[in-house]
Amino acid sequence: MQLIKNKQLTQDDWVFIEDEAALNADFNIVSWTRWQAECRPLSSQDNLGLRLESDAIIEDIAASLDSFALIELHIPVFTDGRAFTHARILRDRYGFTGDIRVSGDFMLDQIFYLQRVGISSFVVNDNESADKVIAVMDDFSVQYQDSVA
Amino acid sequence: MYQYTDKDQTLVDERAAQFRDQTERFLKGEIADDKYRALRLMNGVYIQTHAPLLRIAGPYGLLSSKQVRKLASIARDYDKGFCHFTTRQNIQFNWPALERIPDILEELASVQMHAIQTSGNCLRNTTSDQLAGVAIDELEDPRPYCEIIRQWTILHPEFAYLPRKFKIAVSGSEQDRAATQFHDIGLHLVKNDQGEIGFKVFVGGGLGRTPIIGQVIRPFLEKKHLLSYLEAIVRVYNIYGRRDNKYRARIKILVREAGLEEVTQKVEAEWQQIKAQLEVSESRITDMVAEFAPPAYDINAAQDTSYTNSLSNDSAFATWVKHNTAEHKVDGYRAVYISLKAPDVPPGDCTDSQLDAIANLADDYSFGMVRTTHRQNLVLADIKQADLFTLWQKLDTLSLATPNIGKATDMICCPGLDYCGLANAGSIDIAQNINDLLDSMDYIHDLGDLKINISGCMNGCAHQSVGHIGILGVDKKGVEWYQVTLGGSSENDAAIGERLGPAVSKDDIAPVIKTLLEVYLEQRNHEDESFLAMVNRVGVSPFKEKVYAAN
Repeated sequence: MQLIKNKQLTQDDWVFIEDEAALNADFNIVSWTRWQAECRPLSSQDNLGLRLESDAIIEDIAASLDSFALIELHIPVFTDGRAFTHARILRDRYGFTGDIRVSGDFMLDQIFYLQRVGISSFVVNDNESADKVIAVMDDFSVQYQDSVA
Repeated sequence: MYQYTDKDQTLVDERAAQFRDQTERFLKGEIADDKYRALRLMNGVYIQTHAPLLRIAGPYGLLSSKQVRKLASIARDYDKGFCHFTTRQNIQFNWPALERIPDILEELASVQMHAIQTSGNCLRNTTSDQLAGVAIDELEDPRPYCEIIRQWTILHPEFAYLPRKFKIAVSGSEQDRAATQFHDIGLHLVKNDQGEIGFKVFVGGGLGRTPIIGQVIRPFLEKKHLLSYLEAIVRVYNIYGRRDNKYRARIKILVREAGLEEVTQKVEAEWQQIKAQLEVSESRITDMVAEFAPPAYDINAAQDTSYTNSLSNDSAFATWVKHNTAEHKVDGYRAVYISLKAPDVPPGDCTDSQLDAIANLADDYSFGMVRTTHRQNLVLADIKQADLFTLWQKLDTLSLATPNIGKATDMICCPGLDYCGLANAGSIDIAQNINDLLDSMDYIHDLGDLKINISGCMNGCAHQSVGHIGILGVDKKGVEWYQVTLGGSSENDAAIGERLGPAVSKDDIAPVIKTLLEVYLEQRNHEDESFLAMVNRVGVSPFKEKVYAAN
């Protein structure tokens, strides 16, 4: 996998840790399930990220957002558009300023919209051209709706 | 008519370029079938029985003569010389080659048209009343609001991957001519007790497999909150709409399963959070209303006397005026329906030469504008009474003056088995058979207002469940059969038709319709009792007895 962040191919320091495994990376991402079970010990961790699946209820997560430096929105299948709303609410309503990355089954042609709703980094397959990923972010020079700043 | 700004033009140009790139990548094998499918659908491209189908947006049904000429040239250059007008005021081509669709999108962009979001699980074309701006029962012209909604829907970054398609219709008149109660969101311009005009908002209506009448989610919405309220509804739908079963994914199912109260509460809570940031300013509304300012009507139009003379001297003309024209809010003008339901033509089809001729007639007589209707006809909305006779003669030579608007042979019909990959049964040939049986215009006029809708499968593109008579094609072990419903309506008295009884065979369906009409003529209370009124009075039983006894 490769990471495109702020329109650049970037080294990915973050590692998703399975629920039973120890947090052994410098930058650990945990699931919402794990966070709910272990929030007390985890809250002392620096550089913690949270992975959300598409059935997440952002309102439930809002109170814990300060504990995370990164949110990963994991898209199970590209037709599931809930992450678009999740990103927007995380930014607009709860003022999350950390990195929001998207992973899973999204396609190149969704990246333009994803960045507009507040996604700041993209985990893409190695066979995807990073140049193309960056290029499609400028597919349109005009828009009718406000984008997340 | 709304004219594109540089921004609008840039957007459709860039969209055409984007789709060209996507199609080239697909043809090179760089995009998987299922992913390209989602992309092409959002550009109006279906893969059908014979060839791709391209659906072009007709925003709220309004077209300029220049746009109509472009449709004619596309029909000639890329298709087999005709196009099809749909129940959502869109335009379809049945025979374009996939490789050439990016070229067609560029051609469309050159006349301020596009095919953006005419299919797919996204915000679709906003539809409206074909008599918008001229209807005598209109509170306010809905089109400025339609255009504001159109812009909000186009490339909305949050709502391109909804659980299912999402359709919005707006009406500004007392009589609902836009089937608003059968849309995901229906908007009615209404006046509140303080005399302010705003929107009554319906949610959760829809046709297809599970026809449901929309319910009022907000009796009055101030205009400035139009977009924030729509955004709140669609956002709630995007999060809570079902994604596990495509037949349970429309917002109507969410409303039915969660209940109107819970959906309303979620929408209102969401709306409170966003209403301040998404206000439509008064100046934006004023500017948009100005885009739809009335044309320069002739204030002396009513002084013409030739019209009344022609009416009394030519009974064929008088018949056409009676059935194919509507009252206009300006004295001395009428709105003219162009019937795309000639007996020997698939309902809603129009040839390239007819399109060119219609564009010329629009330029000569109707300020260069044409409208499409959700019953698959066209309208020239602003015809001086002095011009009606000449216009009628010209339409007649074009086979566009069949005096059957709102009558039995003004059928809504989907492409059916002839073109559509989803169809279970033919529909165009059923319309043809019914036309053959109803070959007397006097008989058709005697039947009065009658809406027959024919769909070739339960997806219901031709709105069969709201036809006064609905015909639904079903497949029984590889054979085409037809279910009949009675008493549906998509107007103010919105209703879902009731099943007549067991399905009938293809050979029997036209005779069954004939039997239904005979029962009506025998048993109506008086000549003014419409077919629908009689069904509402007596139910389906008298019809059922006759049909299943005879067949």
